[in-house]
Amino acid sequence: MAVPFSYNLRNLRERKTNTIMTALGLALTVAVLLSVLALVEGLRATFRASGDPAHILVLRKGAATELISNLDRSTYNDLKFKAGIARDDSGMPEASLELVTIVNLESPEHPEGMNVNLRGLGPMGLRMRSGVTVERGRWFRQGYREIVVGRSVAARYPQVGLGGKVHFGRGDWQVVGVMSAGQSATNSEIFCDLNQLAADWNREELLSSVLIRSTDPLTKSALIHDLNDDQRLNVDAVEETEYYERQTTSSAPVRFVGMFVALIMSVGSSFAAMNTMYAAVSRRSGEIGTLRVLGFSRSAILVSFLAESLALAVMGGLIGCILVLPLNNVTSGIGSFTTFSETTFQFRVTPAIMGVGILFALLMGALGGILPAGNAARRQILEALRAI
Amino acid sequence: MFRYLPFILKSSMRSRRRSLLTVASAAISLCLLGTLMAIYHAFYVEDAPPQQALRVITRNRVSPAISVPISYRDRIQQVRGVVDVMPFQYFGGIYKEPRNVFARYAVEPEHLWKVRSDLAVPEDQKRAFQREKRGCVVGRGLVRRYGFQIGDRLTLKGDIFPVNVDLVVVGIYDNPSAADVLYFRLDYLIDLVPERRRNKVFAFELLADSADAVPRICRDVDELFRNSTAATKTEAERAFELGFVSLLGNVKGFLVSISLALTFTLLLVTANTTAISVRERVREVGVLKVLGFTTPAILGIIVSESAFLTLLGGILGCSFAWLLISLIRKLPAVIVPLAGLRLDPVVGMLLILIGVLVGMASALVPAWGAARTPILRALRFTD
Repeated sequence: MAVPFSYNLRNLRERKTNTIMTALGLALTVAVLLSVLALVEGLRATFRASGDPAHILVLRKGAATELISNLDRSTYNDLKFKAGIARDDSGMPEASLELVTIVNLESPEHPEGMNVNLRGLGPMGLRMRSGVTVERGRWFRQGYREIVVGRSVAARYPQVGLGGKVHFGRGDWQVVGVMSAGQSATNSEIFCDLNQLAADWNREELLSSVLIRSTDPLTKSALIHDLNDDQRLNVDAVEETEYYERQTTSSAPVRFVGMFVALIMSVGSSFAAMNTMYAAVSRRSGEIGTLRVLGFSRSAILVSFLAESLALAVMGGLIGCILVLPLNNVTSGIGSFTTFSETTFQFRVTPAIMGVGILFALLMGALGGILPAGNAARRQILEALRAI
Repeated sequence: MFRYLPFILKSSMRSRRRSLLTVASAAISLCLLGTLMAIYHAFYVEDAPPQQALRVITRNRVSPAISVPISYRDRIQQVRGVVDVMPFQYFGGIYKEPRNVFARYAVEPEHLWKVRSDLAVPEDQKRAFQREKRGCVVGRGLVRRYGFQIGDRLTLKGDIFPVNVDLVVVGIYDNPSAADVLYFRLDYLIDLVPERRRNKVFAFELLADSADAVPRICRDVDELFRNSTAATKTEAERAFELGFVSLLGNVKGFLVSISLALTFTLLLVTANTTAISVRERVREVGVLKVLGFTTPAILGIIVSESAFLTLLGGILGCSFAWLLISLIRKLPAVIVPLAGLRLDPVVGMLLILIGVLVGMASALVPAWGAARTPILRALRFTD
């Protein structure tokens, strides 16, 4: 079937202002959708990068997050020597007892203050986190009121930059280092000495969690079952990667609202595209008649006008992708209702997301263009020619 | 301009399909815009209702997740302007399934009625709550959702607190703006929790004697505990609620940027329609000019047509927004400030005005071009 594609595509160039305006309208809708997707993807990337596959996180039974988990020091001592827990070179079990709480810091974006995760841990905890390194400064010393802040925290909260001093708990703490942890959520945390923190918060006995490294993947699930079934310990053990995976739900409200808005906007944009195509069809009535006289079939006319609409949509999609690109790698934060603290992440505009944007635009173009194309195909030749 | 009104109206409906699509597109954009404006208004512009304006929350400065000592109560009561102080504990927990989300607080009965005088409860139910240690009072919204009745027993499985709480419904309260809360007794909870957690509490709710006194009360209370281990942050209840909203991220920025995108889309749609319609009527404009219509008159006519379409779109969009907002209000409102969401008449008027202004502004450029075309060129025009 011969289809006059070049005719339709050339027409898009003829009506430049119309084409640009409709494409821009589509582009904005696509941009809204893509920004939401970029946010979700960025958050997911952060949580995916957090958590070591060999690590197990142990919380008090029934606690969903470290923040509300109150784990006894005696529980830690009991589970430390279980089979399946890796040992380091000196024979010590790789099990780190940690206290997680939050501090409220002011920032230009949140002048009323925003919560940041504060983690008290010992030297074992630092050693177990092989992906975390000190970018500037040094690690804190045991027994001293020193803190090391994550890269994102230092960037977003100016007063905790290297060399700064912060007051929380029972006194001042000195910022001695800035740490970097790839993409992981650790960039949004602050580390300090476990015992100093526990003393300040009056929680010498009741800490938060234990991070364990298992000897190998095979024993990992056996160890998890062992911990969960142990009546005496009363704990919930979960793979560290799965723990962070669960926290991606904090983006659920934004995702829902964003997609809802994008969906509604897409209906509006489809109507606009429909308007443009109907106008094009009625204006080019004579041309359509001519094409039919030349021998193009009805279906060829339908297909070609649909193609024109789709080409318009692709343009809109591309412009939408370009509009969203500046958002890539922009750092932002999102809080969690369960942990009450902020996790920083970076917007990620991936090729896959841009692909979705183009598809979305194509869908809008197809829905907006099918009726006018049908209209064009159905015109009677003589009526069409007489409309000149 | 008004004697041209019939002409303007007829002209806008020239191509019914095009006008319909334009109005529909405008209505959708304006509906979303209206909803976003209403949300912005509810969060950041509106004043708290008069009874809420008297309430103040005192919590741990570092975070709401850390407790404050119950012993603070006596010193807070001494602050000038504080009428009553009530310690309360947010319980969390699970009712049957994790997805049954509603707020559960452990409170002191006598103080609850004083501080939350906006909870309408019959006298006998108030007394029952005072008598029955395991009693609880639920909101009308919860009655609608779960069918609670006086005398029903329910259990809350603890997560923050490692205890399960067995309760009996003794009262139902009515309060249009916060109907989904369950209150039970603090002394019952304290008995259940281990020794070391008994002297701490989530926060205090204070009743101020006047709204003007609130900022001073906030400062005075925080000053009392500034150098203690548990420094406090005292703020109006409204500010406390909004603090949780800000957890979602830069909500203000989100609302503003989407609103801008919507307005711009509306601009493009109406400009497109006007451009199309003007292009069809070039010859007609020539005829009008021959008849004696001046350039400003023709400009006015074309711009008014666009304004008329966006006015229709605005009215329609306003109604859709009102519907959407009533739907949002019915959601299991985890985010408290949304419970009172409504389309303020001023916001509605503003919405329609924005629609009309955008319609007029977007039509200016194509209309200007059309009105200024020399007569002969217009008459000879072929597309």
